[in-house]
Amino acid sequence: MVPALSIILLFQLFGEVISRGLHLPLPGPVLGMLGMVVAISVSARLREMIRPVAQGLLAHLSLLFVPVGVGVVAHMPTIAAHGPALAVALVVSTLLAIVVGAVTFTWVAKLVGSVSDD
Amino acid sequence: MTDAGLIWSYLTSQPLLWLTATLIAYWAGDRIFQMSRRNPLANPVMIAVILLAVLLTTTGTAYSDYFEGAQFVHFMLGPATVCLAVPLQANLKAIRKALVPIVVALVAGSFTAVASALAIAKLLGADDMLLATLAPKSATAPVAIGISEALGGLPTLTAALVLLTGMIGAVFVTPMLNALGLKDWRARGFATGVAAHGIGTARAFQVHDTAGAFASIGMGLNAVLTAFMAPLVLRLFL
Repeated sequence: MVPALSIILLFQLFGEVISRGLHLPLPGPVLGMLGMVVAISVSARLREMIRPVAQGLLAHLSLLFVPVGVGVVAHMPTIAAHGPALAVALVVSTLLAIVVGAVTFTWVAKLVGSVSDD
Repeated sequence: MTDAGLIWSYLTSQPLLWLTATLIAYWAGDRIFQMSRRNPLANPVMIAVILLAVLLTTTGTAYSDYFEGAQFVHFMLGPATVCLAVPLQANLKAIRKALVPIVVALVAGSFTAVASALAIAKLLGADDMLLATLAPKSATAPVAIGISEALGGLPTLTAALVLLTGMIGAVFVTPMLNALGLKDWRARGFATGVAAHGIGTARAFQVHDTAGAFASIGMGLNAVLTAFMAPLVLRLFL
């Protein structure tokens, strides 16, 4: 677990250095993820080493959003002040974006004959 | 000071108390979620946040004190993002096969998320600063915060709106897409990742592995696209 975690942190570290060094709009962890995709595509050994730790972490991905989520409470006064505008905008735009995205994907996939494996 | 008072003031100066509380609140949230037979309305993040918010309010604890402990959980978001490489790589073949639908649905979903939010908020009387704060809310938190700053919004409020967006998406996506009869797990997951970032992705992984993998692709790609989309669309509404 220690070697796997070290390598994961190293990729995040490289991502952070590149993102800040080159002033990219992408955050370090996202760059680290892209780097990791390339690395585990090349090395099956690295892939097998990372996999158990990655699965463990991703199984509890929701937990990691709790601290920031509690921060929403600190913003409740501002959110309440703009109440209806923000609430309606958030709910409608999020649901609409999901529907538009999913319908577009399904429709274009049929159009170009891209079928799912399962 | 009484013994209880001394113990309390010791605990509130250490990360242990709020780290433990965060894990237990999530554990409780997850138990309730399982007991509800994985009903999406019983979203574990939402339950944990409500439990902790009540606890912080009743004990008069400031968010910054809470975060001293919770930051250890928060920190793991970075390594977890890197770990998304594993399901992504496992699905590379499926992604390559769906490249055209991915690109078209990404642009459609990302544009809808930004434009419909701004149009509604503007109609309901939001000012320019609030629009800039709202524009990047479908992107993953660190990216959205950066965009909000660049556009002249309120970054911390953006972080809160990002969270709410994710929770709204996670709670409603399954019943909504079931009602519409959409069965392609790739489409369902991808659209959820684009519109509701990490929280939507976490939800997608609870439902189906393929949906989860496509959600992480959607989240990653929309992090990039929102950086370009938000300023462009915002200009139409100022």
